[in-house]
Amino acid sequence: MSHLSPFQIFLLLSIVKIVVVLVILLTGVAYTVLLERKVLGHMQNRWGPSRVGPFGLLQPLADGIKLFLKEDLLPLAAERPLFIVAPIIALSCALISIAVIPFGAPYRIHGVDMFDISNINIGLLVILGITSIGVYGIALSGWSSNNKFSLLGSLRATSQMISYELALGLSLVGVVLRAQSLSLRTIVDSQSAHGLLSWNFFGGFQFVAFFIYLMAAYAETNRSPFDLPEAESELVAGYHTEYSSMKFAMFFMAEYANMITVSCVATLMFFGGASSPFGHLIPAFGGAIVQAILPVFWFLVKVLAFLLLYIWVRGTLPRFRYDQLMSFGWKFLLPLAMANIIITSLVLALHG
Amino acid sequence: MQLALFIIFGALAVAGALNLLLQRHPINSALSLVVVMMSLAVLYWSLGAEFLAAAQVIVYSGAIMVLFVFVIMLLNAGEEERTTGSRAAYIAGFPGAAAIFCLLSFVFLSERHALGLANIGGHLDSGINNIAEISRVLFTKLLLPFEVTSILILVAILGAVVLARKEEQ
Repeated sequence: MSHLSPFQIFLLLSIVKIVVVLVILLTGVAYTVLLERKVLGHMQNRWGPSRVGPFGLLQPLADGIKLFLKEDLLPLAAERPLFIVAPIIALSCALISIAVIPFGAPYRIHGVDMFDISNINIGLLVILGITSIGVYGIALSGWSSNNKFSLLGSLRATSQMISYELALGLSLVGVVLRAQSLSLRTIVDSQSAHGLLSWNFFGGFQFVAFFIYLMAAYAETNRSPFDLPEAESELVAGYHTEYSSMKFAMFFMAEYANMITVSCVATLMFFGGASSPFGHLIPAFGGAIVQAILPVFWFLVKVLAFLLLYIWVRGTLPRFRYDQLMSFGWKFLLPLAMANIIITSLVLALHG
Repeated sequence: MQLALFIIFGALAVAGALNLLLQRHPINSALSLVVVMMSLAVLYWSLGAEFLAAAQVIVYSGAIMVLFVFVIMLLNAGEEERTTGSRAAYIAGFPGAAAIFCLLSFVFLSERHALGLANIGGHLDSGINNIAEISRVLFTKLLLPFEVTSILILVAILGAVVLARKEEQ
């Protein structure tokens, strides 16, 4: 590649990385849906999808074809431009935030890091910012479809997401204080010294922050037990009642992509990201390629564990009532997150 | 490339601000304001203030403007009627705006050397992290204004709560 300038190499490799990550993410989204249906099915003593392909493995493909071929309805009284833009905002915000997540150990080819799309020194703030923009997709979808159920759903979603965003952001401050950086790469590096023992969850004593983050993240992604915005028993389908075909699929994909992003962030912040739980106990085996791919494997295992936890929680817990949701967020999670910040900074100030 | 970004998003900010004034539906105006906020964030970023850019997106576009949109949705505000506006606004407004613009540009141009120049995209070459610097300035030199501002906001919140609370019968 000597005839290419460094900028051209950077550009080409970045495009390749973006395409690969996007394809993997979208496949992951499709198969998370299948995983959820399968696991929920087994939890409820039934089989789940089992007809399309071996063990129902081609079910996401069949769903995708079905959604593509469905008629795209547009309500007459809908606010047309916003109605069309809303799912695009929701999906693109959900997909963009994966761009700053490092999913492997630093491994450079021609000076370009292969296992993250971009390494920004305020990566964490970028993720928080993009998720906070994603609220517009849901808010506008409910309002523009001119439907009472949609409006109620999107009002619920908006207030819920604004409320839990505070607890979510504050729960991460303890980790940032320990790593003294907002760069996700540095945060991961700060936890990779002694394997499992130096992860923020175990060694960093941030488990309170982790549970705050977990609960706030479930609320932020509108998942059960915080799925009030699309509560089937009360609101038909919530903010996407009027949507059909691919526009509905975009909301659906956005929800699952957000789940994956949130799991990635939990992995990075509290469970050492792509670092191995055994630290240096296991001697390096295989060649350079195995050593480059192994961190990616650990990262995927951790993310998958979080996704399974999501599904398990959905199969277990009933839905919150609305006033319970608000008082839980404001009166319990927020003060607890603040107390965690104060205690963490005190300990750091005393012990350095 | 940084210059191109600066020009594109500067133009987008101005266009969004004009659209904010010209749109008749409150929700479209609010969304134009979001566009303005986002373009300002990109401008901050291209000037090397990445923390300010992130704070701009999270606080203004992600929280305050969401509340604006929320209130507009909740009240279900309809389109506003087109009025000719008050005569005083025409007589005093345009000359006043022009005067303020001239005054500001005069001050900036005459104090050019004292203000210094910002290098567009300069931080991309040097790569200093300005979060530590901002926090050092905020918590040492400007500690009193910082704390007074937060108390001011607290007072505003309490005032809103008192105003919104229903009278006990």
